[in-house]
Amino acid sequence: MDTHDRSDASPMLQLLSPEGTPVGDTDVGLSEDELRALLRFMILARRLDRECMALQRQGELTVYPPFEGQEAAQVGSAFALGPQDFAFPSFRELAAAIVRGVDVVEYLQYHRGTWHGGPYDPFTSGFAPICVPVATQIVHAVGWALGAKLDGKAACSLAYFGDGSASEGDFHEAANLAAVFSAPTIFFCQNNGWAISVPASEQYVAPIADRGVGYGFPGVRVDGNDVLAVYRATQEAAERARSGGGPTLIEAITYRIGPHSTADDDTRYRDDEEVERWRARDPIERFRRFLVAEGVAEDGFAAACAVEADGWVNRVRDDLTALGAPAPSEMFDHVYGEPPSTMLRQRSAVIDDA
Amino acid sequence: MVQGLNAALRDSLAEDPRVLVFGEDVGDLGGVFRVTDGLQEAFGRERVFNTPIAEAGIAGMCVGLAMAGWRPIAEMQFDGFSYPALDQIISHVAKYRARTRGRVAMPVTIRIPSFGGIRGKEHHGESPETYYVHTAGLKVVAPSTALDAYTLLRAAIADPDPVIVLEPKSRYWSKEIGELTVNAPGIGIARTVREGSACTVIAYGAMVARCLEAAERLAEDGIDCAVVDLRSLSPLDVEAVGASVRWTGRAVVVHEAPLTLGMGAEIVARIVEEAFDHLEAPVRRVTGWDVPYPPASLEQGYLPSVERIVAAVREVVSY
Repeated sequence: MDTHDRSDASPMLQLLSPEGTPVGDTDVGLSEDELRALLRFMILARRLDRECMALQRQGELTVYPPFEGQEAAQVGSAFALGPQDFAFPSFRELAAAIVRGVDVVEYLQYHRGTWHGGPYDPFTSGFAPICVPVATQIVHAVGWALGAKLDGKAACSLAYFGDGSASEGDFHEAANLAAVFSAPTIFFCQNNGWAISVPASEQYVAPIADRGVGYGFPGVRVDGNDVLAVYRATQEAAERARSGGGPTLIEAITYRIGPHSTADDDTRYRDDEEVERWRARDPIERFRRFLVAEGVAEDGFAAACAVEADGWVNRVRDDLTALGAPAPSEMFDHVYGEPPSTMLRQRSAVIDDA
Repeated sequence: MVQGLNAALRDSLAEDPRVLVFGEDVGDLGGVFRVTDGLQEAFGRERVFNTPIAEAGIAGMCVGLAMAGWRPIAEMQFDGFSYPALDQIISHVAKYRARTRGRVAMPVTIRIPSFGGIRGKEHHGESPETYYVHTAGLKVVAPSTALDAYTLLRAAIADPDPVIVLEPKSRYWSKEIGELTVNAPGIGIARTVREGSACTVIAYGAMVARCLEAAERLAEDGIDCAVVDLRSLSPLDVEAVGASVRWTGRAVVVHEAPLTLGMGAEIVARIVEEAFDHLEAPVRRVTGWDVPYPPASLEQGYLPSVERIVAAVREVVSY
């Protein structure tokens, strides 16, 4: 057993075994179309993730952080949010972004080095800018949730973060603030076992989900590779938040199959054996088997999704690689609403040089 | 000045229903300096509220609240306690507009009681301005008088971009008679608070009063100094500084912050760029020393004194 997938922790919500057989109540309130959509999203996301790794090796992207293995955690949680809600990602949540309807070509401009943070419109998708200083986005989610509460909206925010981020002060401040203000926020921890090279055993002592008790709100552990369990936990937390029940901490136990990023060499700190053990708990194959066994998806459904994914990813790649750099003067254009004269002087110098 | 700041908050809360005021002890207590006195009673606990002691959280919540369409005004209790918020301010509050290619504005005001001179404990006399001025995306103001504190804080709250308001604690109890107004020069505009042709003395915050005192003393000897109150440290009114020094040909820059890489370094560089051909003497800086802010018994030996300012002007004028 891996250090983050521990036996001493409270029971983990799991509806499907790693083999895809039901081990709990699998009726999570989704229609058959929606169940198929979950599988389709996961297949699209994985295909795009692998393409991004290739694009980085080809020099078309700068450093890229892959999420393979975490598709269920991201798709299941994002699927539980509505258009009125707002997600605050870290930097590995491309699968969640796809579910939220973010324009992926715009999203990937971040990794192409075209623009920082949020090259996409956060408001149209309810998906905040990519956030690299880990845990800082959790506080933003609490602020947004407090704002929604003050407006009397039945809406919640969801902050994505990792097992490493949970050690940051911002996590603790965010959790306490959310509790004190009863802010409708979901703290969604994707515990993938590794913070770059540091294993969970060197990151914290007590299970992360247990911290909820200390702050005064529920903390639940969920099998992060079981998309149905993730959906149910998030959906329940969202319902509670939107109806005034306050925050919830969800610890989704999952695994980062790839390196931390394309700049990382994960063979220096972990065994292939561990990675293979988690490949066997693959979230996509697990759910595919379940849908086929239940008669929700036909045998060919996943293959058809894969074909669709190929075509979609080709178009994304073509659109993305056709993009050039912005005009150098754009560096100055969004710093202030109205640039001060000192900045206009610098902007003129850049334009004159060009 | 406390009343001027309080009036600015009160008027902003009254005029704009999206304005929120929060921070440590800003509720019933009215803040440790009473700047928020009576506001919670007047505007309710939803718009004026206490927060847990969590400066990074306070600044970070500003980001989320601004995204949700609110106009947050956060109080940091003291300059020396504001440092945990620097990550949120530098990484997000300042950069969010740029990071989102102009899509998400941050109309955030962060008030920080700043600078020394009140016989405070350690961590209560810091001059943090350079950290903020060096951060693109922020505006930074430091009022010197009660009336201007009102004008600048109103301007900060109305601004579409984040503004750090450094309130000079040692001037909190200063009095000024006049009209509270928003129809006065705003952020980015310096003010010549004393005319004179012998030398330009440039200052901000609590040092403006000290420079005026020095100018009076020098006037007794026939040395007539101009005193420029910068008001806004970012954007810096380079044109006003340049114009004054081109006229006087001499300049002394005064601030409480340590010498090295303080505002004076930037101002002197700008003077060299703007007025080199007009300079009659090297520009002098009168500043705090390059040491941690000292305890109460030593602080007057740290802060620029009237005597040090007078001596610097004399040296520059007689060069």
